[in-house]
Amino acid sequence: MSRITECFNNLKSQGRKALIPFVTAGDPDPKVTVPLMHALVESGVDIIELGVPFSDPMADGPVIQLACERALLHGTRLVDVLDMVAEFRKTNQTTPVVLMGYLNPIEVMGYAAFADKAKAVGLDGVLTVDLPPEEACEFNPLMKAAGIDVIYLIAPTTEESRVKQICAAGSGYLYYVSVKGVTGSAALDVGEVAEKLEMIRQHTDMPLGVGFGIRDDASARAISAVADGVIVGSVLVNKIAELAGNQAQIPEAVAAITASMRQAMDK
Amino acid sequence: MPTKEDLAIAKQMPDASGHFGQFGGRYVSETLMAALQQLEQTYEKLWRDPQFQAEFDRDLAHYVGRPSPLYHAERLSRELGGAQIYLKREDLNHTGAHKVNNTIGQALLAKFTGKPRVSAETGAGQHGVATATVAARLGLECTVYMGEEDIRRQALNVYRMKLLGAEVVSVTSGTRTLKDAMNEAMRDWVTNVDNTFYIIGTAAGPHPYPKLVRDFQSVIGREAREQCLAQAGKLPDVLMACVGGGSNAIGLFHPFIEDADVRMIGVEAGGYGIETGQHAAPLSAGSRPGVLHGNRTSLMSDEGGQVIGTHSVSAGLDYPGVGPEHAYLKEIGRAEYTAINDDEALHAFRHLTLTEGIMPALESSHAVAEAMKLAPTMRKDQIILVNLSGRGDKDIHTVAEIDGINF
Repeated sequence: MSRITECFNNLKSQGRKALIPFVTAGDPDPKVTVPLMHALVESGVDIIELGVPFSDPMADGPVIQLACERALLHGTRLVDVLDMVAEFRKTNQTTPVVLMGYLNPIEVMGYAAFADKAKAVGLDGVLTVDLPPEEACEFNPLMKAAGIDVIYLIAPTTEESRVKQICAAGSGYLYYVSVKGVTGSAALDVGEVAEKLEMIRQHTDMPLGVGFGIRDDASARAISAVADGVIVGSVLVNKIAELAGNQAQIPEAVAAITASMRQAMDK
Repeated sequence: MPTKEDLAIAKQMPDASGHFGQFGGRYVSETLMAALQQLEQTYEKLWRDPQFQAEFDRDLAHYVGRPSPLYHAERLSRELGGAQIYLKREDLNHTGAHKVNNTIGQALLAKFTGKPRVSAETGAGQHGVATATVAARLGLECTVYMGEEDIRRQALNVYRMKLLGAEVVSVTSGTRTLKDAMNEAMRDWVTNVDNTFYIIGTAAGPHPYPKLVRDFQSVIGREAREQCLAQAGKLPDVLMACVGGGSNAIGLFHPFIEDADVRMIGVEAGGYGIETGQHAAPLSAGSRPGVLHGNRTSLMSDEGGQVIGTHSVSAGLDYPGVGPEHAYLKEIGRAEYTAINDDEALHAFRHLTLTEGIMPALESSHAVAEAMKLAPTMRKDQIILVNLSGRGDKDIHTVAEIDGINF
């Protein structure tokens, strides 16, 4: 059983939902990332999504675009992000880590080389925004062989016939994008999300995470009532941006947000 | 050399999944998949529909002013002392470039699918102007994304778009050029996918865009082939066209793919020179395959997979990737690609203006420059057919600035 599946199983048996923070690796400095990951775990998160900086983050709003730019100022590459995972694993063998990003850095590293390295550092999953299942016939078997879950997005625009196809291709969990738009955009409609999740559940037993548009305790709590996981990104990245000149405070300040969300979700 | 069978296959590309060999495809986030599948279905149906074809042809004839002439540049040819140079005068189209062939087609698709709003990215502003133009004509709301740096370089076209009723959004992220405008246009589309038709300006992006843009632009090659046979009694020996994304080039090349004796040369922007790294010529520089803006193609990215900033004097060629069909035609050996530097393009701009009274766009000047290099090495009974993809009025400001003149 993968670390991700185990994590969701444990939560389920406790009647709790997963809190999944997203932060961009290397933002605002590579030295911040691993301590931040540990602080997030301390605050009660269950899985960490680590963004791989990319020069052209087409699905992201301004908040994560700027995070990518800050990380790239220090030249944070995919290989450096994998090293951060290795560093994190030295003292944490239980919290699943998922890389989220765009295909080109993986393409340039080579799929096989990426799979080897990902396995070696103890990575658990990968979510490649611009690699839909149709284009992943070479990529997926390599990830599967390396024991890495391939996590897919499902959007409000995804038709039911495609949902089946995506459920068949993915593993670990599914990431439901709650709004039409880029990361950090408009507020979400919980009723609409619940309806869509119900349809998806008819095609899979995989846990369903929901992201895009969760910005506070209330929205985290509302989504945790209908989903298996709550994914929160831009609001954390915003805090990191605020403290870019005061890096020592970042882990504690960001963890304070997730701790509060954790409480709201567990109420 | 590709065999006859290879060329027959090449002519039929892309395959059913939108690939040109290893290139092309549909690498987009999930939110856009449904819209792209729908666009593909709509396009395949309409492209075979006689009523759609008739409306497209009528617009090209009476609104764009097609067919565009094929002009024998006799003075330039005589002076170069080799091959005869013929210019396919896309610069004479309404709005001044080949871009309008595509926007007419895509606007018809928008109209048939009932979308009230169109969006576009633009580099030099020609595609933005062509999009704003068809949007004005059809009464569609229009938003054009343009890099801040290009807005500075192409102030005239920015104002033209505004006069046409379009909203021009300045893009300040990344390198502030065409690549970043395309990122922003894709973000807009993700957000407004229900009511917006995204009019991509070049033969790139996710399937079916490279195919449909090529099909709309292929009118260039079909006309040129007939005109050359009629005027010169034979096919051209060489086709020459500038390549940024490469829509004017693929439009010229595609109808000639199976004419194995016709050389096809795409001319990329060499900027300060390939050896300086400051260019926009992925094919000439041998850039590895990469994935950007929805397709796999030859892409200028570093060893970490980050897309590299480009440089060209011409905003329209200032792009780190290239349409996937060009990457494919290069790989199978059907087309050749080379680069022309800024200063060579500027020289060609001035030279064609002085010898023929035709002022080419800086983009098209790259193709003219390569033709001027190649012609003297060829016989006088041979023909180079150059796609003069746009006119140079929009570039007078840039050239004047280089001359130290401020209006």
